[in-house]
Amino acid sequence: MLTYIARRLLLAIPTLVLISLIIFLLLDLAPGDPLANQPLTIPPEVRQKMRDALGLDSPAYVRYLLWAKQFFWVEPLVFTDWVFGTSFSEGMQRIVSWQFRSPVFDIIIQRIPQTLWVVGLAYVVGVLIALPIGIISAYKQYSWFDQIGTFVSMIGFSVPPFFSGVLMIVIFAIMLPWFPSIYDTTLVVDDFESFGQQVRQMTLPVMVLALQTTAQLSRFMRASMLDNLNHDYVRTARAKGMTEKVVLLIHVLRNSMIPVVTVIALGIPSIFGGAIITEQIFKVNGLGQLLITAIYANDLPMVQTLAFIFAVLIVLCNLIADLLYGLLDPRIRYD
Amino acid sequence: MPDTASPILDVKGLKTVFRTRGGEVHAVNEVDFHLHAGELLGVVGESGSGKSVTMMSLLRLLPSPPAEMRDGAVMFGGQNLLDISDEELRQVRGSKIGFIFQDPMTSLNPVYTIGYQLAEPLRAHLGMNKTEARARSIELLQLVGIPDPERRLKDYPHQFSGGMRQRVMIAIALACDPKVLIADEPTTALDVTIQAQIIELVKDLRRKLGMAIIWITHDLGVIAGIADRVMVMYAGQVVEEGPVDEIFKDPRHPYTQALLKTVPAVRGARAEKLQVIEGQPPIMMAAPSACSFRNRCAHAYGRCEDANPELTAAGAPGHRAACFLLDEAASKQPETVDG
Repeated sequence: MLTYIARRLLLAIPTLVLISLIIFLLLDLAPGDPLANQPLTIPPEVRQKMRDALGLDSPAYVRYLLWAKQFFWVEPLVFTDWVFGTSFSEGMQRIVSWQFRSPVFDIIIQRIPQTLWVVGLAYVVGVLIALPIGIISAYKQYSWFDQIGTFVSMIGFSVPPFFSGVLMIVIFAIMLPWFPSIYDTTLVVDDFESFGQQVRQMTLPVMVLALQTTAQLSRFMRASMLDNLNHDYVRTARAKGMTEKVVLLIHVLRNSMIPVVTVIALGIPSIFGGAIITEQIFKVNGLGQLLITAIYANDLPMVQTLAFIFAVLIVLCNLIADLLYGLLDPRIRYD
Repeated sequence: MPDTASPILDVKGLKTVFRTRGGEVHAVNEVDFHLHAGELLGVVGESGSGKSVTMMSLLRLLPSPPAEMRDGAVMFGGQNLLDISDEELRQVRGSKIGFIFQDPMTSLNPVYTIGYQLAEPLRAHLGMNKTEARARSIELLQLVGIPDPERRLKDYPHQFSGGMRQRVMIAIALACDPKVLIADEPTTALDVTIQAQIIELVKDLRRKLGMAIIWITHDLGVIAGIADRVMVMYAGQVVEEGPVDEIFKDPRHPYTQALLKTVPAVRGARAEKLQVIEGQPPIMMAAPSACSFRNRCAHAYGRCEDANPELTAAGAPGHRAACFLLDEAASKQPETVDG
């Protein structure tokens, strides 16, 4: 198992290097000028000096290697310094965002809590709701519970978040003024009241996002359970005199979870990059919002770094999915 | 087996119906049979004759819906298994009545160890703790002839061959010392040498443990070798039953006769071609009102269209068949029915 993980991690290195290069080349090919937003009154020689300062005119491979050095060497050193109070990274150039004029990672660190609180929590809530719904829907197939579950899933599947989000705001923030429509990032949670406020402002975006996760995952769980309920080993378990609870939650559930954990694990990276629309609607300034503004502003170091972090997460979650798969299914062994 | 002792399993008028979109399918129609302690009852019939459905109905193992046990009684240990609560039935399943299924490749849960699956009924029915269950599991695996049982307990089903898996299934079915073992075509999915081993094993276990066995098969050769009594099923009905020698020596129902003719002879001159029963067994969309074998029967005549024959005594004690020819034979001369 450990050798398998080590092998997979080693194999991930060339994959990620290639991905980072592709991201870089794609961004390099994309049209746009990071200085386009600057006033036209800037004299050309000053503009040229600004270009030189940003290193825009150096060859592509120089810019790529510089970014790679900053990402793989300088930023880890900065992180070490921050954790242990050392000073390895002193005087080294970090990845700097062109639009914010400050290190990319500092901004990402600022944005991560909002994303984790809203999008991450929505994912957890969605999974926790979806699994029981899927299990019960399959066990009581065609019952009223299953019919309602199917209907809600269909809605969750077919209604896009830019509609359901606005609808939620109209209903629960305007018609019934229960929840704020805008997420206040500056809120500091230090007592019971501010905690309540935090919960209230998280509710709407979490609901919108959780609906989507629940819709997809409960369908998936239901299908997987139904498939397994017809297997011969279920009949064997019943013939052995096992209670329905044991049959369902021990025999069928573990088998049904095998494909589902893969889907859950592979969905984790989307927490960090997939909620752009919802973040925009509720003004949650998380990572998705950061990425979209960086794209608008032609902030290439930021886009490059964020895109690459998503790539790392996807590769990691793939590995996690494979490992979970092996844990649940003894027929899969990684030695 | 003495017929006077009261049977441990007594099935009366069992009727199982499947509700499907195309209408109701009457899979089991008024089946009566009984099983004495320590007896081996062979149940034969071609595919779709209702053998498995009958046996699964006894323990309500069919998914319901679509299956529905509409009528009848299954008396076992003073209870009617069709009437008792799910919880009471659960205590009979696996503890007093063991079940072995046809396909050992899929009948075990692939994600749990053999040891776990074997210990489950022991812990549920006999209240054993982990250590006791483990000791008993090792004993059971030894009993069914699995070498190195201590190590094999930790193995998963996919690490066993088909024959070994069927041995494990037998061990699970016998775990709680059941009074009745129902074996639903236990050797059909295995190759011939393994079949022979499993049959030997069951014979041996029966000698050691003395449980009654219902053995479902369509292999008449197997039945001849191990059964005490034989029950022939067709279209969800019992068409003939009797002691094994009688059935093979003097079959009275045309279906039984035809079945016996389909068995190719190993010795003697080679037959012209393989004997078959032409046609297919009917799909019963209604309860039978005529003899369901009439369309494939060489002896069918007017009366077969009008009514469904009932089981009537034929020759030796305990030998019964459901055919109008028996009446005719009784009124004319006994040679009408050829064997």
